[in-house]
Amino acid sequence: MNVVELSAKCKHLRCDIINMLADAASGHPGGSLSVVELMAATYYTKMRVNPKEPNDPKRDRFVLSKGHAAPCYYAILGDLGFFDKAEFKNFRQLHSMLQGHPDAKRVPGIDASTGSLGQGVSIAVGMALGAKAQKSDINVYSILGDGELQEGQVWEACIAAANYKLDNLTIMIDNNGLQIDGTNDEVMSLGNLNAKFTSFGFEVIELEDGHDLESIIAALNVKVSGKPKCIIAHTIKGKCVSFMENQVCWHGKAPCEAERELALKELRDE
Amino acid sequence: MSEMKAIRVAYGEALAELGEKNDKVVVLDADLAHATMTATFADKFPKRFFNAGIAEANMVSMSAGLSTMGLIPFCSTFAIFGAGRAYEQVRNSVAYPHFNVKLAMTHAGITLGEDGGSHQAIEDIALMRVIPGMTVVVPCDASETRRAVFAVSEMDGPVYLRLARLPSHVFEGEMPFEIGKANVLKEGTDVAVFACGIMVKAALDAAEALENQGISAAVINMHTIKPIDAECVMKYAKQCGKIVTVEEHSVIGGLGDAVASVVIGKGDFAFKKIGVQDRFGQSGKPDALLAEYGLTVPQIIEDIKSII
Repeated sequence: MNVVELSAKCKHLRCDIINMLADAASGHPGGSLSVVELMAATYYTKMRVNPKEPNDPKRDRFVLSKGHAAPCYYAILGDLGFFDKAEFKNFRQLHSMLQGHPDAKRVPGIDASTGSLGQGVSIAVGMALGAKAQKSDINVYSILGDGELQEGQVWEACIAAANYKLDNLTIMIDNNGLQIDGTNDEVMSLGNLNAKFTSFGFEVIELEDGHDLESIIAALNVKVSGKPKCIIAHTIKGKCVSFMENQVCWHGKAPCEAERELALKELRDE
Repeated sequence: MSEMKAIRVAYGEALAELGEKNDKVVVLDADLAHATMTATFADKFPKRFFNAGIAEANMVSMSAGLSTMGLIPFCSTFAIFGAGRAYEQVRNSVAYPHFNVKLAMTHAGITLGEDGGSHQAIEDIALMRVIPGMTVVVPCDASETRRAVFAVSEMDGPVYLRLARLPSHVFEGEMPFEIGKANVLKEGTDVAVFACGIMVKAALDAAEALENQGISAAVINMHTIKPIDAECVMKYAKQCGKIVTVEEHSVIGGLGDAVASVVIGKGDFAFKKIGVQDRFGQSGKPDALLAEYGLTVPQIIEDIKSII
């Protein structure tokens, strides 16, 4: 898929995300919209997955460590055909496969249940380690939120990833700068992330524009050897919906009907 | 003198033996390999052993990831850290998706001894038992530990294996072992004594002494706390009318409560839970601790007699 097609795909994904959230009247718009390009570039240009064989042992693995961005995950997996897009309507409803946070037991194509922050990246490290132990050439990708980096477990996982020289692991930081109670700096400043990940033994690639598909793809294509890769992507929470962009209040609040229409109109007219 | 062997030593040996037979088995530890005895496996299969360092949360979640790659991780540290510190990783990374991870935690209970209350897990059975889909196994001796390790490796899904530190009595002969099937060690008609772990031997000694005093106590080895053998529990509850549970664990949430949950509303049974009575452990020699917490044979005898 070329960049123009991928860009159009991202617009469709955002519409699906807005509709899912508005239908459910519940969920997390800000962080779902900020990861769209990172996730789309990973799934549509890098990952070897087959929706007809979701449990193929040779598939690449993806772990959405910031599980609250589930609407973006579901929009992509539905688009790829892992399940019927009609399921979108059931997001967050009783008995739905599309739980509020990703549930590996229910959704074909989802390999880890996430949502409790900090755990997904450790699971991804376990997958990459398991691949190495079995001499499998699969790659493992994981997206973390920046607020999530306040969880100590993330740094335990980072120590392990470098220790085991997991060059089959790429972690991406959705660095939108905001979390529930305010900006990262207001809540618990993260300091110099580039220096932190570098000193933890990662090959760090920092993207000034975490929504620029060409630079994301270039970063994903960078070959590393003997160490894991970390892409720090500076993103905009609520990206492409003007009234949600950079607004802390849109972390975990669904759009009402009027806001849905406004958001969809903006996305169509973009 | 009967044969004595530490359950954790048997665990290490069983892992090494299992490693020969199943190349999918991998083992993780958190810098306690020579205490949990996973070092026995590590020495033999260094490439299938992963020391996670002193980072239990990451170790448990990594085990979840390893299991998704078709491997069978046995994840070990002290029970206080594996079931306590990493509780939410056990719940969400492992049990919520029902992954095939075996959490084999050692140094459980007060007989950990001198390290004291900070390190003595007295609530781990309760914590693990409350998680949906978790199997909870507490072997009574070295021999049963070996069979438990093999049995849990052959079933799919998360398991908590609770293992003790000290050398303890080894029962003679091969006891039958099937997950979820209680093992009746002594028949009796006056009182049914359900025990797990190293308390099985103490319960049996107490029951044999009571026999001489004209009290007929049945003793049942409840090696599987979950799923509990409800059929066996009901049978002996009805047969004896009086129930005693014995565990090296808090009386809140452990074997006693698991047995009580089976019989509640199904008859009028006298019931006594022997265990740690809602208090923390402390430093001391294991034998002194057992006495302090009411878990010696004479104390168990007195407790059983109190409801006869």
